[in-house]
Amino acid sequence: MELLDSFLPHDLAAVIWIVLKIVLIVLPLMGLVAYYTLAERKVIGFMQVRIGPNRVGPNGLGQPIADALKLMFKEIILPTKANKTLFLIAPLLTLGPALAAWAVFPFDAELVLADVNAGLLYILALTSVGVYGVIIAGWASNSKYALLGAVRSAAQIVSYEIAMGFAIVGVLVAAGSLNLGDIVRAQDGSLFHWFWLPLFPLLVIYFISGVAETNRAPFDVAEGESEIVAGFHVEYSGMTFAVFFLGEYANMILISALTALMFLGGWLSPFQGTFLEPIFSWVPGILWLFLKTAIFAFLFLWFRATFPRYRYDQIMRLGWKVFIPITIVWIMVVGLAVVLELPWWFD
Amino acid sequence: MFKNYIKSLLLLELLKGLRLTGRYFFAKKFTVQYPEERAPMSPRFRGLHAQRRYENGEERCIACKLCEATCPALAITIDVEAREDGSRRTSRYDIDLFKCIFCGFCQESCPVDAIVETRVYEYAFEDPGESIMTKEKLLAVGDKNESQISADIAAQAKYR
Amino acid sequence: MTYELFLFYVFSAALLYASTMVITQRNSVHSALFLVLAFCCAAGIWLLAEAEFLAIVLILVYVGAVMVLFLFVVMMLDVDRASNRAGYMKYASVGVLIAVVLAVEIMLVVGPGNFGLEKYPALVPQAADYSNTKELGRVLYTVYMYPFELAAVILLVAIIAAIGLTLRKRPQTRYQDPSKQVQVKASDRVRIVKMATEKKMELK
Repeated sequence: MELLDSFLPHDLAAVIWIVLKIVLIVLPLMGLVAYYTLAERKVIGFMQVRIGPNRVGPNGLGQPIADALKLMFKEIILPTKANKTLFLIAPLLTLGPALAAWAVFPFDAELVLADVNAGLLYILALTSVGVYGVIIAGWASNSKYALLGAVRSAAQIVSYEIAMGFAIVGVLVAAGSLNLGDIVRAQDGSLFHWFWLPLFPLLVIYFISGVAETNRAPFDVAEGESEIVAGFHVEYSGMTFAVFFLGEYANMILISALTALMFLGGWLSPFQGTFLEPIFSWVPGILWLFLKTAIFAFLFLWFRATFPRYRYDQIMRLGWKVFIPITIVWIMVVGLAVVLELPWWFD
Repeated sequence: MFKNYIKSLLLLELLKGLRLTGRYFFAKKFTVQYPEERAPMSPRFRGLHAQRRYENGEERCIACKLCEATCPALAITIDVEAREDGSRRTSRYDIDLFKCIFCGFCQESCPVDAIVETRVYEYAFEDPGESIMTKEKLLAVGDKNESQISADIAAQAKYR
Repeated sequence: MTYELFLFYVFSAALLYASTMVITQRNSVHSALFLVLAFCCAAGIWLLAEAEFLAIVLILVYVGAVMVLFLFVVMMLDVDRASNRAGYMKYASVGVLIAVVLAVEIMLVVGPGNFGLEKYPALVPQAADYSNTKELGRVLYTVYMYPFELAAVILLVAIIAAIGLTLRKRPQTRYQDPSKQVQVKASDRVRIVKMATEKKMELK
């Protein structure tokens, strides 16, 4: 920063410095997304008593690179009568918010790009904007299947947005802050100070809503390959399809990381307050965060390998008639606990 | 009623499902790594066709046309001519592999064990005409795999 | 020109462009999408004015939920654009009249007389750790308690009315009750009958 400041005007230097930091977050994230796709194929393979891709490179580790190269060199097909501009903007609209959300994400006590006060709200807003990519893609493709996928996805995401928002309200009541760093600091203490215990129903609902929000199995009616071919991205090929793919997986990692942050104490060590704490004090916080995120990321894949797709009316029923009432009840419970200053978490 | 609420709110059935897939995650995998490993094969395997010869090099087929008659997919076409020495031989013996359903009836019907289906299953066509196995091609396949073919027929003899 | 001023002009220009497009676009989906862009630009301007809570809520509520439902409806409409334009000139005079009246009314109310810059104290730049959200909440639940609660009650009435208007029982339609479906056990549906096994045939 000082180096840049010395030979550039201050404002420009600040912008360049921020861009550098963004690149530093986005590049590892993209790598993570690439290897998450490999992990998905491996994990689902293992659960189906197969071994998954293992030909490209040792143990198939080169597979994501091969996939990426293949998609890059494939032709991008523009359907006739499609709305060209919107058709090409749509994939970017799914990827953009998924990446932008990381701006306020604290990787460690000090490691955060923008320490925004309303960080939680910012992330909620961005995840809800992600649906535009799906809707616009479905509409601009000028295809029946794509439009059906878009419509399904729009209704589903708007419904689960509410349950997700209520779950987040519970967290924010418990932590007393919208700042993601402060939410983690409120869980300081030990494994049992984390919010997963007092907010367990909210944890379950937040994560399941997250699965629905990212259009993943068993809520993947927007793609529903057995019903509407590939849903909103039937008409996409090559790089445009790859960008959708990246967006979906980046969103999955984001939801996993957020769940880890809000309910499993983010970068905090799980051995806090026990005799093991000094032994593991050398482990950087970001590694703990990574491990906790990996748990939920694995759950995404586990769900996909296990559950059949929900029927559409049942998705709606689950969102509106089950999740929202439960979250409202639990917000009351949390509010009461905060007022009574229930020990450990809220004292 | 109350029991049902407990059951669905605690996601018991979903957890059961997760446990099942979780167990298979650690199970021994069945995958056969194809080019390096192969699944075991029966001597009755019905793969690519072949025509056989006697040990003195004379072709076995006597152009009786039983195989052509029995072929349910009408994949076999046979033309007959007398050879210079007066014996009854095929001048044309074509099997269209696109029509063939690999039922093995030709092999069953053959009185002289001339047409057989071998264990060869790794073949591909790049041009349209290639799918037709002519007499020369069939004989070549037979010559190449004779030891395997005769061993398989010997192993099967007691069941016929 | 400072960086902030530059951003302000960028956002304002985009906002003006987007809002013009909203009313001039023929295609209603395009209009709706330009409205989304307009909301995003407005949120950007609010962010510059250090109203980050309001900006994010604008995105969250209007862009994330309201406009999605809007698009949802608009996408399904199969509007015949040619027939829409028929009789355009016939109604133009009335339309212009109404537009002028509305514009004058708005100017009278929102004009510099009531909302001019000099009516307000200059914005005080706050420290970085100043929480917009907390301040807003404090004001909302103390000074503006009654209007806030009233608005909430009106919204509740609207929700109930909307549901009451659209809720109708259709006796002919058949539908499943998922909770009943889930509770079905094999013993409810299948009766297993035990029978004496038949004698094995003697092989001759």
